[in-house]
Amino acid sequence: MRDIKQDIQKRILVLDGAMGTMLQRYKFSEEDFRGERFKDYPTSLKGNNDLLSLTQPEAIAEVHRKYFEAGADIVETNTFSGTTIAMGDYNMEDLVYELNFESAKIARKVADDFTKANPEKPRFVAGSIGPTNRTASLSPDVNRPEFRAVTFDDLRIAYKQQVEALIDGGVDVLLVETIFDTLNAKACLFAIDEVKEARNIDIPIMVSGTITDASGRTLSGQTVEAFLTSISHIPLLSVGFNCALGAEQLQPYLQRLSNATQFYTSAHPNAGLPNAFGEYDQSPKEMQVLIENYLKDGLINIIGGCCGTNPEHIKAIADVAKNYKPRMVVSV
Amino acid sequence: MNDTKYQTLNTKHQKYLTLSGLEPLVVTPESNFINVGERTNVTGSRKFLRLIKEGNYNEALEVARHQVEGGAQILDVNMDEGMLDGVFAMTKFLNLIASEPDIARIPIMIDSSKWEIIEAGLKVVQGKSVVNSISLKEGEAEFIHHAKLVKRYGAAVIVMAFDEDGQADTYERRIEICKRSYDILVNQVNFPPQDIIFDPNIFPVATGMEEHRKNALDFFMATKWIRENLPYANVSGGVSNVSFSFRGNDTVREAMHASFLYHAIQHGMNLGIVNPALIEVYDEIDNQLLELVEDVFFDRREDATERLLDFAETVKGNKKDIEATVLEWREHPLQERITHALVKGIDTFIIEDIEEARLASSKPIEVIEGHLMIGMNVVGDLFGSGKMFLPQVVKSARVMKKAVAYLQPFIEAEKDGKQEFAGKILMATVKGDVHDIGKNIVSVVLGCNNYEIVDLGVMVAPEKIIETAIRENVDIIGLSGLITPSLDEMSFVSKEMEKKNLDIPLIIGGATTSRAHTSVKIAPNYKHTVVHINDASRAVTVVGNLLKKDNGVFKEEIREEYEKFRNQFLKRTREKEYLTIEEARKNNFRIDWNITEIVKPKQLGIQVLEDFDLRKLEDYIDWSPFFRSWDLHGRYPNILEDAVVGEQARELFKDANLLLKRIIDEELLEAKAVFGLFPVNTVNDDDIELTIENCHAEPVEASLRDPNNNLTFLTLRQQSKKASGKPNLALADFIAPKETGIQDYMGCFCVSTGFGTEALAKAFEKNHDDYNAIMVKALADRLAEAFAEYLHKEVRTNYWNYTQDESLTNDDLIKENYKGIRPAPGYPACPDHLEKKTIWKLLDVEENIGVELTESLAMWPAASVSGYYFANTEAKYFGLGKIKEDQIKDYAKRRGITEDEAEKWLRPNLAD
Repeated sequence: MRDIKQDIQKRILVLDGAMGTMLQRYKFSEEDFRGERFKDYPTSLKGNNDLLSLTQPEAIAEVHRKYFEAGADIVETNTFSGTTIAMGDYNMEDLVYELNFESAKIARKVADDFTKANPEKPRFVAGSIGPTNRTASLSPDVNRPEFRAVTFDDLRIAYKQQVEALIDGGVDVLLVETIFDTLNAKACLFAIDEVKEARNIDIPIMVSGTITDASGRTLSGQTVEAFLTSISHIPLLSVGFNCALGAEQLQPYLQRLSNATQFYTSAHPNAGLPNAFGEYDQSPKEMQVLIENYLKDGLINIIGGCCGTNPEHIKAIADVAKNYKPRMVVSV
Repeated sequence: MNDTKYQTLNTKHQKYLTLSGLEPLVVTPESNFINVGERTNVTGSRKFLRLIKEGNYNEALEVARHQVEGGAQILDVNMDEGMLDGVFAMTKFLNLIASEPDIARIPIMIDSSKWEIIEAGLKVVQGKSVVNSISLKEGEAEFIHHAKLVKRYGAAVIVMAFDEDGQADTYERRIEICKRSYDILVNQVNFPPQDIIFDPNIFPVATGMEEHRKNALDFFMATKWIRENLPYANVSGGVSNVSFSFRGNDTVREAMHASFLYHAIQHGMNLGIVNPALIEVYDEIDNQLLELVEDVFFDRREDATERLLDFAETVKGNKKDIEATVLEWREHPLQERITHALVKGIDTFIIEDIEEARLASSKPIEVIEGHLMIGMNVVGDLFGSGKMFLPQVVKSARVMKKAVAYLQPFIEAEKDGKQEFAGKILMATVKGDVHDIGKNIVSVVLGCNNYEIVDLGVMVAPEKIIETAIRENVDIIGLSGLITPSLDEMSFVSKEMEKKNLDIPLIIGGATTSRAHTSVKIAPNYKHTVVHINDASRAVTVVGNLLKKDNGVFKEEIREEYEKFRNQFLKRTREKEYLTIEEARKNNFRIDWNITEIVKPKQLGIQVLEDFDLRKLEDYIDWSPFFRSWDLHGRYPNILEDAVVGEQARELFKDANLLLKRIIDEELLEAKAVFGLFPVNTVNDDDIELTIENCHAEPVEASLRDPNNNLTFLTLRQQSKKASGKPNLALADFIAPKETGIQDYMGCFCVSTGFGTEALAKAFEKNHDDYNAIMVKALADRLAEAFAEYLHKEVRTNYWNYTQDESLTNDDLIKENYKGIRPAPGYPACPDHLEKKTIWKLLDVEENIGVELTESLAMWPAASVSGYYFANTEAKYFGLGKIKEDQIKDYAKRRGITEDEAEKWLRPNLAD
């Protein structure tokens, strides 16, 4: 197996685009989500995209294939909500290990097929680890600011389970993403560090935060530099930002991040800002132009797309990324 | 200093200590000394300890905020105290800090000698914090274990110069332990060296002990050695230790701190704890003193200590003398101090005085029954004799509550230590009503008089009142309400009490209640005592009399009094003459529609104002009702100079403005408004119909076309017989009738400044501060009225724009010296609360600004105002007065409800 740490030194790596946007195209019904296995499940399951890895594995594999065909080097597993905490919404806590394990296997298989067909361009699988639906440093109840709906230990235990399953399923990298509360991410990094020590392995970690709006801060209130400082205690492959903003709005924060870190950097912005109907309508061509600005400024080592992006966007990004050198990192 | 600038860090080496809260803190060689705020440490601050012990986290947060505002760059938090659950306190306090962005801005130093408390802290901070501290004291295994976890949690660490053999007290021991610690951390644990901060122990000097002679010098030298030999490591220390032997002599201590800090920084100390209140500017230290101090630090003379001690004797007089005289009353005997604190409403020292009283008493309960009751009796006497006023009494209650809250755990720890109350009183604002300022004031005043209050809050269902009264075995039930439907509700409760065979006296209070209503509509329903009270000072007397053992006579007197009143009242009302509704309509008010000016609003349709700046409302506040709500009667501003209540009014006004400023500065309340201007015409004499065709506002149009939506305003007409030439008014008279063919216009609105009131009041209540809890609500009410005034002005001069050249003072506004009116449903011109439903539907009030209507059509939040706009120059305020059965019948038909229901809503206006 090729080591992503070597490839990242040589070229800009392209990450895939949105999974959710692609799955919407299938217009899966409640019955499709349930499949044969969950047809009598007591909870409504439509919208539980992670579950499709078990009930519609071919669709998931197809999305991965389309992104690889578009030129992606890395695809993300279909596991954004794969923790007991997020799966609690569907009463599917017990399925968490299986969901992550199978999702990783699907992506692994597709990636290996592509690598085999073209060994010059090895393909990688990033285990996607979402933020869960709870925040460890914010109270959901304005009248009880000291209250927390989830604790560090709840998160640590849940993340540990997801991480174990993703590694068992064969991912190359762990991607802790869409971080809106840094304390959640710290719990995840704590869990990863525990697993690394217990298994005596050194799996690369990507960390990607979310700047929620023009305040330039995360949802939990940190600036770019404070966020970076708070997650730099564990050796990372890359640090970056994704979601919430489009490529254009993200650039100044990426610039600050790039100035301040010795880790490689990543970005997977949304396809612009949502329009009045909540849809993303930035075209691949428009996004390509904006991404090219990152490349010209040498800000980026890993580039992909988040909400609203599809294989056409990724193709446009890959087409332009191959013309530029990756961001230089000065090591100490 | 550029200590937070990051720009160049990637290109240079980044081995600087970097911490973060919501913002980063980078400690570079160019950084000034990093000052750690240490007032949030229970071992170092008695005040903070007291606040945490009392569970007063709000004020504890203020201590933290004060530190940040004072320039602290890191906040040290320590909860190590035997009586505290340190894990709980650390978690709760850090969680609270996380919700205060101005505090959470800086990194936290999690300070504890107990690992479990440190770990609890590490689990709740999102930023990169500092652990204070770990050491080799318990051996290498534990040191490594803790260091690994600190690293995994993502924190930096303070390492004490301490090992298995004890604390390092010489230069050699200091560098030996620091070197060993460093090597283990860097080589075995892989700890980033820049994240290590050594504390090489600052010890007292000039103690007279031979082995302490080199304490300062050894610290300086060890600091220098660390910075030169242990790459990237930092040095920290607690400076005030050094002057320990000069406690009480601030002049010498301040000079020592300044000098020590100066030299420590020169030798490489780059962060530490210095109490800013206890430090002199280095350059301003008296030269002679400085020399003596530095002789000691650097061990330059054999007799250095003696010389400094001799000098110290000559400067013993302390600066703090002035403060002492101000607090002369603090020198008085204990009981006088407690009484003084209660009468003056000062809570600063009450806990220490109460603690002293507790220690002097054989049982904690005696402090309440003795010291506190003696003080409160003085308050009661002064209040009774008119020498104290309501706001002062509420402040006294605040002190009393804090004292009782402090004693409670001690009382509970005793077996038979139950407080004996003079009686138990249930208080409730009735179903459908949300107004509770008056009820809260009465509760507080009764509470001070040693009555136990069971406060059920607002919107309390009758079943709950009765069930609680029985279960809690209360002695009196007090009902309160403000809006007219509450009158009916109270009457209903009294009937239910009779049905359940209760014999508990019932007290009625609230703005719309009256002796008339109580005697006519409530007292007859209930065999037992019913009393109406409308001011808090009378509540104490009445309750006292009701609860006396031989209260038979008093109760009988009340019964007789109310009966007499009832008879008179009923007789009086019969003498009035009324017109039929047809006659009244013929005698309507006529405007000559051909010559009157009608201005088409500049902007028709609905508009919403959100995120409104409260500051704009300050000038529109009508303060007179505010004073009235505190039982201080008089017109503002004259009331401030009033011979009797002037002083109190000024005091109250000052406190009110203080809180108002906070509310405005910290945006504690939210102001929102929705209003609409529409084309209308009067139809069928008394109804105002919205003209849909001409309305540009699309959303309204859509809802209006829905046949289920009845969007006609119904007005009521005066029916009492008028003197010749005087009309029988209805609001509909101010709008052009449809048959004139002239398009007229009107508006309606709802404003609220109540969002946030409840939370704020709760926070004060939690802190035993009823005074400010009531104040918040009273202020929110004033702001809502001010907002209504402001918006009306904006409508007149801008949105509708029918008067361009209006220049009125606030006084003019209060006196309503302007063209057009804004009557509110539920008030004299239009007492029909059901009209609010029409306004809500038309403006989509709930959706637009979130103000809701209760089942009795009270607005929630309570600090809200709604009403209509009439622009005609002839439009004026009037009182509907009593109306007759025939109008009720007619109205019920127009409204599409039964006559019973119409009667229910209009009962206060029904002539019989």
